[in-house]
Amino acid sequence: MAGRRSLISAEELVSRVCQGDQGAVSRALTRVTDESDGYEEIARSFFPFHGNSPTIGLCGSPGSGKSSLVNTLVSLLRKRGESVAILAVDPTSAYTGGAFLGDRIRVQQHALDEGVFFRSLATRGMVGGLNETIFSAIHVLEAYETEKKKKGFDWILIETVGTGQDEVDIADVVDTVVCVTAPYQGDEFQAMKAGTMEIADVFAVNKADLEEVDKAVASIKDALSLGLSHDEEAWSIPVHAVSARTGQGIDVLLESIEAHGKYLLDSGEIAVRRKRQLRKELSSLVSRLIRRNALERVTDCHIKALVEKKSDPLTLSRKILKGVS
Amino acid sequence: MDNKNAYRILIAKPGLDGHDRGAKVIVRALRDAGFEVIYTGIRQTAEMIARTALQEDVDAVGLSLLSGAHMTLFPRVVNLLKENGLGDVLVFGGGIIPEEDMIELKKQGVAEVFGPGTSTTDIASYLTTALDGASKQA
Ligand SMILES: Nc1nc2c(ncn2[C@@H]2O[C@H](COP(=O)(O)OP(=O)(O)O)[C@@H](O)[C@H]2O)c(=O)[nH]1
Ligand SMILES: [Mg+2]
Repeated sequence: MAGRRSLISAEELVSRVCQGDQGAVSRALTRVTDESDGYEEIARSFFPFHGNSPTIGLCGSPGSGKSSLVNTLVSLLRKRGESVAILAVDPTSAYTGGAFLGDRIRVQQHALDEGVFFRSLATRGMVGGLNETIFSAIHVLEAYETEKKKKGFDWILIETVGTGQDEVDIADVVDTVVCVTAPYQGDEFQAMKAGTMEIADVFAVNKADLEEVDKAVASIKDALSLGLSHDEEAWSIPVHAVSARTGQGIDVLLESIEAHGKYLLDSGEIAVRRKRQLRKELSSLVSRLIRRNALERVTDCHIKALVEKKSDPLTLSRKILKGVS
Repeated sequence: MDNKNAYRILIAKPGLDGHDRGAKVIVRALRDAGFEVIYTGIRQTAEMIARTALQEDVDAVGLSLLSGAHMTLFPRVVNLLKENGLGDVLVFGGGIIPEEDMIELKKQGVAEVFGPGTSTTDIASYLTTALDGASKQA
């Protein structure tokens, strides 16, 4: 078919993204997340834009209201004239390979706003969390030229379930992690709490328009106080009751997100986080490439050797990894 | 690429009516058939649908309409997609649409129109065939 699907060169894609072409942003995101032909050159070309935009992760169980919060945060940011890109990640079914990417419904009021770019992504191959292509996707958004002629969206928001225990976890990907919970999440939340307590920079207890929100806030504060640091300089994790429905507390939540960004800069912690992101980007790719390469090297001869007990799995796997067959 | 990635489909509900049970049935069926499905929700303008298709870089857009404005809305979406450089995105529709309208819609660039009785399995296999064909040509 004509045009679009035919391969645009990496060079042209980058230059169009750098000129603020959202169609090119979208195409580039497909190329790097599909890992389709020529994606390596594209991913390579966008890497230098790493670090251009502050990245905020919103994580929490399904139904806690992450997408609804994204929607209200975007409204606030747009009132200030700041541009926002959102990557919303939903799980791929391990059985069918299909996915329902349902976050869009909550933000469709911004569909015609040129200052907002929203993209739904599926986890593809990962059970939970994110897959390693998320890094390249972020770099594409960091290269986009905004209306203000600045490189990189003013904000990049990433929505994902996020448990603090995923192979590529949200905490390895973004500068600031906002954990979203809601009242009545009882047991489910208890299970998640262990992981999220470790990674949260800010807590948002959503659905404050419902009863029991105070209880939820108190229980999180309680759990946090156990790990309280005595270091005066350290960031103390704020817990906010908010409502995406009524708008209550959203401005305070945004203030905390910005305060955390400022803390990262003032304390020098930002350098630590960026290094951690780069380490994860590299190591997740290494493990991906090793897996792919090594598995390609497994042949029928190896299996035959096992059947005939001429070798054993451990010896063979070491040989295969060394490139000896 | 080790395995082919799922096709991405946008299901959109243009027009003013607020009943989207039909759209939701399609969304679920296509997900279960292995597609990545994005749903816009109800009351979408043609402009919103085209911009969403652009940002989501979908392979196909399915328009669900109970009755009424299909003769203006469907071609409008087709044209806006073209204007956005998305002329190769497959557009299909569903709803209660008279035979003669179907013929006219196809002339105007709608690839296929499904009546209310169509099984979701048929829609899924239609999409797989049509999109497999398109990606071979590319
Ligand atoms: N009462 C109440 N319901 C909310 C609020 N925010 C979201 N919801 C509802 O919670 C459900 C899940 O919201 P969604 O944003 O999709 O959650 P996500 O799965 O975490 O992205 C939807 O039915 C929303 O309407 C809120 O502040 N108050
Ligand atoms: Mg969501």
